[in-house]
Amino acid sequence: MRALGVHMSPSARIDRRRVARGLLLAVPLAFLGVFFVYPVGSIIGRGLTPGGTLDLSPLGAVVTDPHLRDVAWFTIWQATVSTALTVLVALPGAYVFARYEFRGKRLVRAAVLVPFVLPTVVVGSAFLALLGEGGPLGFLGLDQSVAAILLAHVFFNYAVVVLIVGGLWSHLDPRQEDAARVLGAGRWQTFRAVTLPALRPAIAAAAAIVFLFTFTSFGVILILGGPGYSTLETEIYRQTVQFLDLPQAAALSIVQLAAVVAVLLVAGRAQGRRAQALRLRASAETSRRPRTAGERAMVGVNLGLMAVLLGGPIAVLVQRSFDTAGGYSFGFYRALSELRRTSTVFVPPIEAVRNSVVFASIATVIALVIGGLAAFAIAGPGRGVGPPRGLDTLLLLPLGVSAVTIGFGFLIALDRPPFDLRGSPALIPIAHALVAAPFVARVMIPVLRSIDERLREAAALLGAPPGRVWREIDLPIVARAMLVAAGFAFAISLGEFGATIFIARPDYPTLPVVIFRLLGQPGPLNFGAAMAASVILMAVTAAAIFAIERFRFADIGEF
Amino acid sequence: MRRLLVLTLAVSIFATVVAAAGPVAATASAPTGSSGTTITLMTHDSFNVSKSVMRQFTKETGVKVDVLPSGDAGAAVNQAILTKSNPLGDVFFGVDNTLLSRALDEGLFIPYRSPQLDHISKDLQLDPRNRVSPVDTGDVCLNFDRKYFEKKKLSAPNTLDDLTKPQYKGLLVVENPATSSPGLAFLLATVAKFGPDGWRAYWEKLRNNDVKVVDGWEQAYNTEFSGSAGKGNYPLVVSYASSPPAEVVNAHPAPSQPPTGALLNTCFRQIEFVGIMKGTAHEKAAKKLVDFMLSDRFQRDMPLQMYVFPARDGTKLPTAFVKFAKVAPTPFALPPDEIARNRDQWIDEWTNTVVR
Repeated sequence: MRALGVHMSPSARIDRRRVARGLLLAVPLAFLGVFFVYPVGSIIGRGLTPGGTLDLSPLGAVVTDPHLRDVAWFTIWQATVSTALTVLVALPGAYVFARYEFRGKRLVRAAVLVPFVLPTVVVGSAFLALLGEGGPLGFLGLDQSVAAILLAHVFFNYAVVVLIVGGLWSHLDPRQEDAARVLGAGRWQTFRAVTLPALRPAIAAAAAIVFLFTFTSFGVILILGGPGYSTLETEIYRQTVQFLDLPQAAALSIVQLAAVVAVLLVAGRAQGRRAQALRLRASAETSRRPRTAGERAMVGVNLGLMAVLLGGPIAVLVQRSFDTAGGYSFGFYRALSELRRTSTVFVPPIEAVRNSVVFASIATVIALVIGGLAAFAIAGPGRGVGPPRGLDTLLLLPLGVSAVTIGFGFLIALDRPPFDLRGSPALIPIAHALVAAPFVARVMIPVLRSIDERLREAAALLGAPPGRVWREIDLPIVARAMLVAAGFAFAISLGEFGATIFIARPDYPTLPVVIFRLLGQPGPLNFGAAMAASVILMAVTAAAIFAIERFRFADIGEF
Repeated sequence: MRRLLVLTLAVSIFATVVAAAGPVAATASAPTGSSGTTITLMTHDSFNVSKSVMRQFTKETGVKVDVLPSGDAGAAVNQAILTKSNPLGDVFFGVDNTLLSRALDEGLFIPYRSPQLDHISKDLQLDPRNRVSPVDTGDVCLNFDRKYFEKKKLSAPNTLDDLTKPQYKGLLVVENPATSSPGLAFLLATVAKFGPDGWRAYWEKLRNNDVKVVDGWEQAYNTEFSGSAGKGNYPLVVSYASSPPAEVVNAHPAPSQPPTGALLNTCFRQIEFVGIMKGTAHEKAAKKLVDFMLSDRFQRDMPLQMYVFPARDGTKLPTAFVKFAKVAPTPFALPPDEIARNRDQWIDEWTNTVVR
C-alpha cells in the first residue's frame, strides 16, 4: 500500500490526483454554488426579467449614464489608491514583525487586528473627534473628504497586509539576503532583487483582498466621505434597500462584478502563475532582537506609526467609554446591563459576547474547511494537474460582490427546503463564512505554492503515502498561514461582515447588534454604553486572536 | 504534529460545545407551555416593547410572538415587498406614511378592521380599507442645543425660513434623505411648506448657508450635534420631538431640564402602521396581535420603549413625556400617494441640488 504511488505509471498517478483534486474542490464549489452563485444569480435574474421577460435595457442605460460612469471610475480609483497606500504603509510593519523580536510582540500582533472588527459608525465618530473641526487634527480639514476615506481604509486594512505578508516573510531564509549583501548589493537592491520577488505572491494576495474590501466598502464612503461621494456599492445599496429598483440594482451589480473580475484577472496575471519555490525556515530562526541603532529606529518608527494610526482612534473610544458625567468611571459598562433591562431587546452583555463568540467559532470552522479544501485543491501537491487557471482568483469573488446583493439574494433564493434559511440562526455564520472562506483560501494559496514540489516527491519516493506527505510536508509549512487565516475568519465574523447586516435576521443579538441598537437611541447613557460595548468587542477580538496565535505547532524547523 | 491534533480536537470540541449550548435568542415572549401558535412580527430595528407586556399578551391569548428585525423602516418594507410571495412574517409593524402607498400598492396586507380602531383618531387612519392600522406617531423636528444659543445670546430659529438667515450659517446638520428616514421626513416638510416648485430654491439657500449633510441619524445626532453625547460642532440637528425627554431619561444623573429642545414649527409627522401580511397561515392569531398593539396596555408602554406618541386617544403618557415632550400643533403633512409618486424623484433632485 505504502509504495503504491511510486509504482503506478505517471499518467495513472496524474489521473488519480485529478480525481482527488476534483473531490477536494467539490465541497467549496458546492458551498459557493448554493450560498453565493445561486442567491446572487436569483436577485440579478429577477432584476433583469421584470414582468417575466428578459430586459437588458437598464444595463445599457447604466453603461452610458455619465454620472454612473463617474461612480464606477471613482470606485476603482479609490480602491486602487487605498490598496497602494495600505501596502506602502504596512509593508515596513510586516518586515518588523517578521524579522525582529521585541517585548509584547504577540500582543501587538493581536492588537493590529482590532480595527478590523469595529463598526464603521463607531470608528467614524472616533475619526471625527480627531479630524473634525475642533479636533486635534481638525486643522487638516479632512472631514468629509477623499483623504478621510483613504485614511480610514488604511486604518481598517493595515492588519491584512501586515499579517499576510509578515506571515510569509517570517519564513524566508534571511541568509539569502545576507548572501546578496556579501556579494555587494545595497539594501534597496537586495530588497528589490531578492526579498520582493519572494514576497510577491503574499503581497499580491493581501493587495487583492484589500482591493476588494475597499472596492465594496460601504460605511466608510457614506460616513467618512459624506454625501458627496458614491461608489458602485453605495449606489447598489440605494437602489436595492431604499428604492427597490431591482433592474437598476441588477445592472449595477453586473458592472460591479465585471469590474471585479477584470481587476482580479489582471492582478492574477501580474502576480505570475508560478510562485517560485522557496527555501522556507522556521519563523523563530529568522527573527532576532534589533541590534544597531538603525534597526531599533526601524522597529520604533513602525510601532509608533501603529500607535498613532491604529491606536489614536481606539484611544478615543476607550476614553469615551469611561468619560461619564460624574468623571471617569465604569458607569457606562454598568449601564450596559441596566439600560432597558425590562425590554424585549435587552440582552445582558455577557450573552452578547457569547453569541458573538459562538457565531464566530462556527463561521471560522466553516471557513477553514471550505477555504482550506479549496486552497489544497488549487495549490496542493502536483500542481501541474491543477484546475483551470484563474480559479483561485475567482474564488475571491464573494468579497467583491455587494453584501446587499448577496443578502437580498438570500431572501428570495434560500426560502424553500432544503435551504430554507430565512429566520434560521444558521444564516448568520454561513453569511460570515462566505466572506471568510475566500479569505482563508487566498491566505493559504501563496504559502502552499511556495513549497518546493521536490520535497513532496522526495517524501513520496521514500514511501510516504499521500496523506502522510500532506501531514509532514504541507501542513507544518502552511500551519502558520492557517492560524493567520483563522484569526481573520474569527474577526470577520465578530465584526459582522457580509450579508447579515442588511437583511432580516433572527434575533440573536451579537456585540455589533447591541452597539447599533444603543446608537439608535438618543441620550448620553446610550452613547456611552455603545462606546463601552465597542471596547468590549475590541477586548474580545484581541483576546481571541491572542489565543489563536498561541497555537504554534510543529514549526517547519522540525523536519 | 501532536499539538496540531490537539488543536484540531480542541477547536472541534469547542465548536460542538458552543453550538450545542447555542446562541441566546432575545425572545419577545415567555415560553408558554400551552399549545399556542407562534407568529412572526416583521419589523424595523427600532422595535422594542417591555417583556412584561408581551408576556401578558402570550398569557391572555396563548400566542407566542417572534420578532424579526429587518433593518430600518425602508429596508424592512422593501424586504417584505421582495418576499411577498413567500412572506417572512405574519404581522408587519413599522410601515410609515412616507412608505405606505408603495406597501399598499404592492398588496402586502389584508384588510382587518380592529374593534380597537374606535379609540383612534380618524385623522390617523389613512387607509379607508383598513389594510393597515395606525399605532403611533412621531414628529421629526429640528432639535437645538440650549446651551449654545444661551451662550451666544442668540435666539433659536423659529421657522424653516429662519434657517437661511446669516446668524444661523453653518449651524445645521441634516441627514441624507436617500439613506435616512428622518432625513426624508425633513425633506418632505420642506416640500410641504414651499411646494413642489419652491423647495429646491429653499435648499439652495440652505446649502449657501453651509448646511452639513451626513449619512444617518446616528451620525448626525450622536457625533455632529453639540447638544448630546458626542459634543459635535452643530447646535441644530434634524431629530424627533421626543428626543429631549430621552436626554433626561437616558442620562445619569438625570438633569432637571433637557439640554436640548425641539422646534415645533419645523415638524413633519410620521405615522407608523401595523398590518396583517397577505399569505399568513395564522390570520386569527395575527388579528389578536393587531388588537393588542392598539390596546391601552401596549400603547401605554410604547413612549419610553420607542420614543413615539401613542395613536390611541386618552393613553396615559409617562412623566418625562408630559414634562418634556411637545407635540407639534400643526405639523407639515403630505398625502401618502403623492409621496409614493414623487419620493424617488425628489430624492434625486435633492441630491443634485444639495450635494453635487
